[in-house]
Amino acid sequence: MNESSDHLLRSRRSSESLFSRFQVVGLVVLTLIAVISKFYLPRLIPSAVWLEVPLLLTIYFGLMRPDPVPALLFGAFVGIAEDSLSPANLPIGMYGITKTLVGYFAASVSQRFNVDNSLIRLILCFFFYFFHAFFYWVMRRALLQQLVPFDPRETLLHGLFNIAVALPLYLVLDRMKVSQEA
Amino acid sequence: MDAIFNRYRSYRSLIVLVVVIVVQVLYLAYQVRTGRDERLIRVWAVSAVTPMAGIVEATRHNTIGFLKDYFLLLDVREQNRQLKRDNDQLRLENVFYRNQLTTAEHAHALTMFQTKSPSRTVAARVIGDSTVSTAKAVFIDRGSTSNIEKGMAVVTPDGIVGKVAAVYPLVSQVLLVTDSTFKVGVESQKGHVHGSLNCGLGHCVVEQIQNEEDIANGEWFFTSGEDRIFPKGFPVGTVVSAQPGNGMKDVRLNLSGAPGGTEEVLVVLEGVHQTIPTNAVPEEKIAKPLPVPPSDKENGGALPGTFQTEADKLKQKYQQLGKAQEHVYGALYSNLPNFNAKPAPKPLVAADPDAPSKTTPNPNPPAKPAPVLGAPVNKAAPNTPKAPAVKQPRPPSPKPVLPLGSPRPKRPMEGPVSTPPSASPQQ
Repeated sequence: MNESSDHLLRSRRSSESLFSRFQVVGLVVLTLIAVISKFYLPRLIPSAVWLEVPLLLTIYFGLMRPDPVPALLFGAFVGIAEDSLSPANLPIGMYGITKTLVGYFAASVSQRFNVDNSLIRLILCFFFYFFHAFFYWVMRRALLQQLVPFDPRETLLHGLFNIAVALPLYLVLDRMKVSQEA
Repeated sequence: MDAIFNRYRSYRSLIVLVVVIVVQVLYLAYQVRTGRDERLIRVWAVSAVTPMAGIVEATRHNTIGFLKDYFLLLDVREQNRQLKRDNDQLRLENVFYRNQLTTAEHAHALTMFQTKSPSRTVAARVIGDSTVSTAKAVFIDRGSTSNIEKGMAVVTPDGIVGKVAAVYPLVSQVLLVTDSTFKVGVESQKGHVHGSLNCGLGHCVVEQIQNEEDIANGEWFFTSGEDRIFPKGFPVGTVVSAQPGNGMKDVRLNLSGAPGGTEEVLVVLEGVHQTIPTNAVPEEKIAKPLPVPPSDKENGGALPGTFQTEADKLKQKYQQLGKAQEHVYGALYSNLPNFNAKPAPKPLVAADPDAPSKTTPNPNPPAKPAPVLGAPVNKAAPNTPKAPAVKQPRPPSPKPVLPLGSPRPKRPMEGPVSTPPSASPQQ
């Protein structure tokens, strides 16, 4: 491992704790807001049906936390909260599994790379959105035998739409984090 | 022992990941295998989310139309400062009435449909969407307390919407017909060809129709009742294209209802099968069209009474005033008309039957009011050439001076002077 790669490596303080920055109540409130936005926002803006605020939140906490365990647990919590509002023909756990993986992988990436850069965050966000959509489609097909159409080009476009929303959202969350640290 | 703990620490996150995933997969497999819906978790989540969404939706529904039109009014006010107060007041009233009318029309259409349809239904409002973007489902503000049960059909007067997929105490979840897992039994209007509606491919197709069957473009499809969800005879949509395919005909349908965009729906509590109409195309709208308006000639010119709204009447009045005072709206150096003046009453025109019906320009300066302004309209003798209006003194107006455009008492048979008792002796 040379100096340049060392520069990319993250060295986070072990004392940093997710729950010291964002309290449990804050996490629950944010999750609730994210789920409600997905529940209600398409009534106001029909194109917002593709907006995945819960996923963006899961990615953010995964990237901000190098320990994968809280990140994957948070992903599972958000996913199950979404599942509980999904149509009754979709069993609970579909989004839970997908977002658990997203949280774990996001935290794993943050262990190895410096993810404070906004560009890297957005690229990862775009990648995880595509992974999330594709893995969910695979699960519906494989586990539930539901033939749901999947359009990669459309999914990529929706990924761009989501990273456009992620940019200001992450800035706001960064500010919240800084204010709590202060 | 330490080695085991160190090894566990290095694989801790992976072990937790595997455990969490396995637990969820097992739980999911349990649900799929047993076909059980985990009501407890769903009830908690729905109970936590839907009240807030219901409040937001009700607030939006009641205020957004008003606010939109109010901001439009601000633009109108900038255009004409002189008339802004009257226009604002009138248009605000119009907005209020228009909103009331729109709501009443929709509610009336639903009520008409409810009374017309033999099925027993209950009206509901859509308050939220599903959290799965690829699944088509909505939440409505009626639940088990309104006697709604799982599997009931959801329709609008225009067509079918979906079926109740889950019921909670105060809300229900409706799976839309556009969901990929939803199929509806349909039947064509003319040939009574049966098929299965599938909207999961991004467009709606009628499957299971043989190539030999005769399906024409524009033909209506109705529910056949074979799916045991929708009663027979509800309109579904019209055929957009019907092409022969491999074994089965490729029939594409345009849904008559708008399952994703509708805001108010009817849940069929007790469905009654109906016969499919053979000749008549189902009515797309309940409200009957208005009769043909009478022509201007029949009314003897444009009368203020023929206009629909107060704003139209006001506009007509100002146009008459501008014409009478030789004012050209929008022209440079055109003298300012006196908008407080009242237009010439009918008896003045009727006094000279040979005079052209078109109002002649008023030679008087605009600031000088017309001699007959404020004179009571004598309905009893409109054709008498005597009593020239010029000689009549302007009676004192005992009524409070109302701003322009304010609603006047709508009693056309009474003159303005006869209303207050103190003015009667002057007549």
